[in-house]
Amino acid sequence: MTSKQSTTAVGLPGATKLRKAAGGRGSRFGPWPVVILCLLIAAFSLLPLGFVVVATANAGWDTIVALVFRPRVGELLFNTLSLVLITIPLCVVIGVGGAWLVERTSLAGNKVWAVLLAAPLAIPAFVNSYAWVSAIPSLGGISGGVLISVLSYFPLVYIPVAAVLSRLDPALEQSAAALGLGPWKVFFRVVLPQLRLATAGGALLVGLHLLAEYGAFAMIAFDTFTTAIYDQFRSTFNGAAANMLAGVLVLFCLLMLMAESKTRGSARYARVGAGVQSSPSRLSLGAYQLPGQLALIAVSALALGVPLWHVGRWLIAGGTQIWARDDLLNALLLTLDYGLIGAAVTTALAFPLAYLVIRHPGPVSKVLEAANYISSSMPGIVVALALVTITIHNVPAIYQSSLVLVAAYALLFMPRALVNLRAGIAQVPRELDEAARALGKPPLVAFLRVTLRLAAPAAAGGAALVFLGIVNELTATLLLAPNGTRTLATQFWSLSSEIDYMGAAPYALLMILLSAPMTYLLFVQSKKAAGQ
Amino acid sequence: MTSLTRKQFSKTALAALAGASVLALAACGGSTTPADSSGAAGGAEDAITVYNAQHDSLTQAWADEFTKETGIRVTIRPGSDLELSNQIIAEGDKSPADVFLTENSPAMTQVENAGLFAEISSTVQDQVPAEYRPSTNKWTGIAARSTVFAYDKTKLTEDKLPKSIMDLADPAWKDRWAASPSGADFQAIVSAMLELEGEEATSAWLKSMKENSKAYKGNSTAMKAVNAGEVEGAIIYHYYWFGDQAKTGENSKNVAMHYFKNEDPGAFVSISGGGVLASSKHQDNAQKFLEYVTGKAGQTILQTGGSFEYPVASEVPANEELVPLDELQAPKIDPAKLNSAKVTELMTQAGLL
Repeated sequence: MTSKQSTTAVGLPGATKLRKAAGGRGSRFGPWPVVILCLLIAAFSLLPLGFVVVATANAGWDTIVALVFRPRVGELLFNTLSLVLITIPLCVVIGVGGAWLVERTSLAGNKVWAVLLAAPLAIPAFVNSYAWVSAIPSLGGISGGVLISVLSYFPLVYIPVAAVLSRLDPALEQSAAALGLGPWKVFFRVVLPQLRLATAGGALLVGLHLLAEYGAFAMIAFDTFTTAIYDQFRSTFNGAAANMLAGVLVLFCLLMLMAESKTRGSARYARVGAGVQSSPSRLSLGAYQLPGQLALIAVSALALGVPLWHVGRWLIAGGTQIWARDDLLNALLLTLDYGLIGAAVTTALAFPLAYLVIRHPGPVSKVLEAANYISSSMPGIVVALALVTITIHNVPAIYQSSLVLVAAYALLFMPRALVNLRAGIAQVPRELDEAARALGKPPLVAFLRVTLRLAAPAAAGGAALVFLGIVNELTATLLLAPNGTRTLATQFWSLSSEIDYMGAAPYALLMILLSAPMTYLLFVQSKKAAGQ
Repeated sequence: MTSLTRKQFSKTALAALAGASVLALAACGGSTTPADSSGAAGGAEDAITVYNAQHDSLTQAWADEFTKETGIRVTIRPGSDLELSNQIIAEGDKSPADVFLTENSPAMTQVENAGLFAEISSTVQDQVPAEYRPSTNKWTGIAARSTVFAYDKTKLTEDKLPKSIMDLADPAWKDRWAASPSGADFQAIVSAMLELEGEEATSAWLKSMKENSKAYKGNSTAMKAVNAGEVEGAIIYHYYWFGDQAKTGENSKNVAMHYFKNEDPGAFVSISGGGVLASSKHQDNAQKFLEYVTGKAGQTILQTGGSFEYPVASEVPANEELVPLDELQAPKIDPAKLNSAKVTELMTQAGLL
């Protein structure tokens, strides 16, 4: 399939010559300024990892043995592994299945379902958890953890997959059908492989969320490495045991990264061809219409209905009194500020990395991207403590300033921007960029006028995801926020951990309202394929 | 306060936007981006910063009334006892904190031992009885709370309750009780046990606890689990029950409280502390805040507000709904002897952390 696709453009004789003529300066790793910028960003993103490594090295072998090889770590390993291994496949099934139903079948009301399946992203996982423990007070353990995670995170798979499905070139499927494949075989042998990049990217995001989530699991007393690290930090600030646990967590992230990289493969996904591609065909559901509708109703009821119902219930029980807190508006404005600035900075930092990875794949880009993923998969608390420790000792001028918090957000949420940008840039045929250069535009202008413009929807999607992450970020915000700064997330957490569920409800509602337009924007942008 | 914080924010945020790459450089240690906010509240000369491990709502109530009374503004940084004490120690002389408030005394002792507290003023010393402050006068008690066994009254009758907290190590209690071992509150209770029963007994008890109990995050959540019938009882502090009853009561309707008394380790009354940092550049205002908290007005907020903690100073009586402090038969413990580091170590060994 992929070879067929690539013959449309890459196989053209003279393409290499053209590329050379257009490429101009730069190494085989990419243009030097971009490479150097990326190296700086990567060095910055490796700070937290460096902190953990140095702390581990300083702890000494005996401490490591005493703190890592103990039954408690075994329990955490079991919990975290089970969580990841059960949740990711469920998210993929719901995400890909939902996207397929919505985009490629005769599902009734598919436009409404398309939005409803993306909507749970607007409900932060810890708000989801808060609603679910209100509904089922005994919720907990691995089943509770999986339930909350799947309901909160499946849109991370659904959105990119639906976006790709809606703009797949139907010519391939039509050819397959013409060659005698039935609809199911076409789905599994032609459609599914083309979803690999989006699915793997989404699954990786889900995995990273699972490893880093604190609030949602703390509320239902389900222990993972991250909650255990946080417990240690609460007792010792930055004791050796926490750093050792963080070390094990980093190993986890490495494994996940390798798995995703294997799945991604080296296929090429851009389409270059004459004319406009026709819109994808839809499979008639027939007798499966009802089961399809019921399945989506069930998913939406659990992922949207339950949280909205319980937030509403606490809002009504609290009456007007819970809105009287004057810190509510301040928290809202501050959260908005941090969300917007953080999203802009993070997307800007992610762009050169994404560009290098897609346009100049090779050992350097691979290492840079991996470095970024490793550091970004570290829990907020570790990133925060690394930055706290480093700024206290080395850069006291910026200690407890909002700059450090924005830096932490950039570290934490760069993969969100990267995954989107990477897919977006991959959709931009490099030949267009090269053609612009061959026609005499300097590389930077060609990049700005072609690649950047065509990748803009993906960049906006990535920025929206970063904004969502910042609005709902808890642990790093708790530690790094300048004194007196309270965001919606930290206020919600403070109130709900005192089981003041009524007082917490307005904050939950505001977080949902703030996330909703961004989720919608993300959804709309994801549909706007380059050139469509 | 907050509008200034926003202005302050916009300034630094602009700096961030202006040079995303500068940020990378700054973090690499190459150059540093100067920022105006090193913690002083809104830049106002007289404002103080409180590192607060006490319940948010309580300290906010104190701060609001204090500002109303004196015009001195208060910036609060929330956190937990040992997290903030360790943070203050890491910050050392550069700490932006003027005042440190905790839920339990081990964190105060830790900061005191690091030599970072100034002596409390004579007014505070006069307001707080000697039994509620260390003889060194480096910090003071500001409130108190009692350990209780919160139990499911639909499942346990009074004759089936444990006589001592030590009984919970018995296999008969397997899978029947809960606690929040990661919290500073529970760790303070263990530090009292360590002081009263010694290391060997405490270590053995913690190992049985790992076998017998369920771990929740936070006392509220543990109480909620009792109420939901997940466990029969939980070791928590007394005021969670009163607090929930004062709201909807939804998370405590099946719960009753058992006070161990008899100077049992489980009858431990924990002293919440307050202290002024020696590095504070607002010594007078910081002392004034502590004087307010331990004074009549501050202690009355404990009596009448929603915290349900015990007042300890200025002869303010406890909320009438509470069992009076002098009827609790708490063990006598010098708060300066509570060893938080040893407790964390023993609990980590037992697999509870």
